[in-house]
Amino acid sequence: MSREKSWKEIAPAGVCSKSSVGFMTGDWKTYAPVRDLEKCTLCLTCVMLCPDGAIRWRPELGKIEFDFSFCKGCGICANECPTKAIKMSLEQE
Amino acid sequence: MTITIKQERIGLNGDEAVALAAKQSDVDVVAAYPITPQTIIVEKFSDYVANGEVQTAFVCTESEHSALAACLAASATGARTFTASASAGLALMHEMLFVTSGCRAPVVMAIANRALSAPLNIHGDQSDSMAERDSGWIQIYVESAQEAYDSILQAFRIAEDVNVSLPVIVGLDGFTLSHTLENVTVLSDGDALKFVGTRPLPNVLTHEGKSVPFKLDPENPMTMGPIALTNYYFEFKRQQEEAMKNALEAIQQVHAEYAELTGRSYGNGLVEPYRLEDAEIAVVCVGSTTGTLKTIVDELRHEGVKAGLLRLRTFRPLPVEVLRSAMPTVKVLAVMDKSMSFGGNGGAVYHEIRHVLYDAETHPVIVNYIYGLGGRDSSPQELRRVYEELLRIMKSGHVEKQINYLGLRE
Repeated sequence: MSREKSWKEIAPAGVCSKSSVGFMTGDWKTYAPVRDLEKCTLCLTCVMLCPDGAIRWRPELGKIEFDFSFCKGCGICANECPTKAIKMSLEQE
Repeated sequence: MTITIKQERIGLNGDEAVALAAKQSDVDVVAAYPITPQTIIVEKFSDYVANGEVQTAFVCTESEHSALAACLAASATGARTFTASASAGLALMHEMLFVTSGCRAPVVMAIANRALSAPLNIHGDQSDSMAERDSGWIQIYVESAQEAYDSILQAFRIAEDVNVSLPVIVGLDGFTLSHTLENVTVLSDGDALKFVGTRPLPNVLTHEGKSVPFKLDPENPMTMGPIALTNYYFEFKRQQEEAMKNALEAIQQVHAEYAELTGRSYGNGLVEPYRLEDAEIAVVCVGSTTGTLKTIVDELRHEGVKAGLLRLRTFRPLPVEVLRSAMPTVKVLAVMDKSMSFGGNGGAVYHEIRHVLYDAETHPVIVNYIYGLGGRDSSPQELRRVYEELLRIMKSGHVEKQINYLGLRE
């Protein structure tokens, strides 16, 4: 842990000194998206609408991946999926 | 002082004067929502846009909250940004006022000061912006349409000063100034723009460790004001306080430069003393009523009474040191408040003047006058009675009422 800086040392306006990539928010969720591969048409609606960018399209693999380190379980993907291929289920570790 | 630029005298009301100054400042973005008595500013500016007289992106929003959100976003990209509001509109902006100052966005906003509901009242008092005194905005109150024009030009320079980087409110009394036609001396577009200049941007360090201009830019991504919890929030607030201190210097400097250019000045830009040099009784006032008070001071001086006046032009940041040394000979002082702090034992200006003078070497007896609420007119006769009461207090040494209501039916 680095030393916390004084008010004279930090950028104004709360400008971030660190990238948000290092700030894992995945453990905030209660419900996690589960995708039914039979129903998924790879339309990528969920990729575009995920507010955290936690759903990625991997063209080289021809598939999409959920990044559970950042998915907060908001359920927008499930709500917007045109084929109802995503269900939110109570997360189980 | 030699004035080398050519100026023109035209008839403008306060709102039109504000709109013209914003136009001449080459504002990139205006997002606003009309509300009486500010409406003319927005109308006039949209005329400029419709006529192709400005390059400004004019955003009509569905509310004042959205208007200020749009201004903040535009300002964060480095754009020069202007808006205007009043009363309920400013109240609806409340949340965004803090976000704007916290993001250090130098938005300039004209407020045509108006009473707050209920009961509904469209007329002028200063309840709206006084209620936002802790929102982190610089607040400058003007006495005339001329000063409204001059102050908007100055406001961009103050707000955008890299050591300040704070939003500025310029308050003009609703109707008394906003709707009253005055002779206003204006600069040419070229001279005005030369004075205002282009917006400078300080450099900041991003999360990638790059020193880049403080603006949202896809080439140099940064995030402004997203989150700061127990470990950093306090530090950012302390920075805002430092910026306010820096603003004291910037306001005086910009004001002095403008005075040299145009020949027009208002005290030192922070306070405007009037016949205070040997005054025994004096009044502190904010805004247009000061004009009437000046004539009363003249009258009293003519009668041999040592009366003086101090107009508080800059309310935020409060010019503490200047105020502390401004009235060394004054024995009895009245502070005028055109707004209420319900249950607070007097108005906001009274509280602050009293608090500042507590640490002065000698301080006068101080009383408060609440006046003009809901646009009630304060006549010269009534205002003269304030000085007469100060004289009585000076002679008797006895304060009858600490908090007084001028022109109220008992």
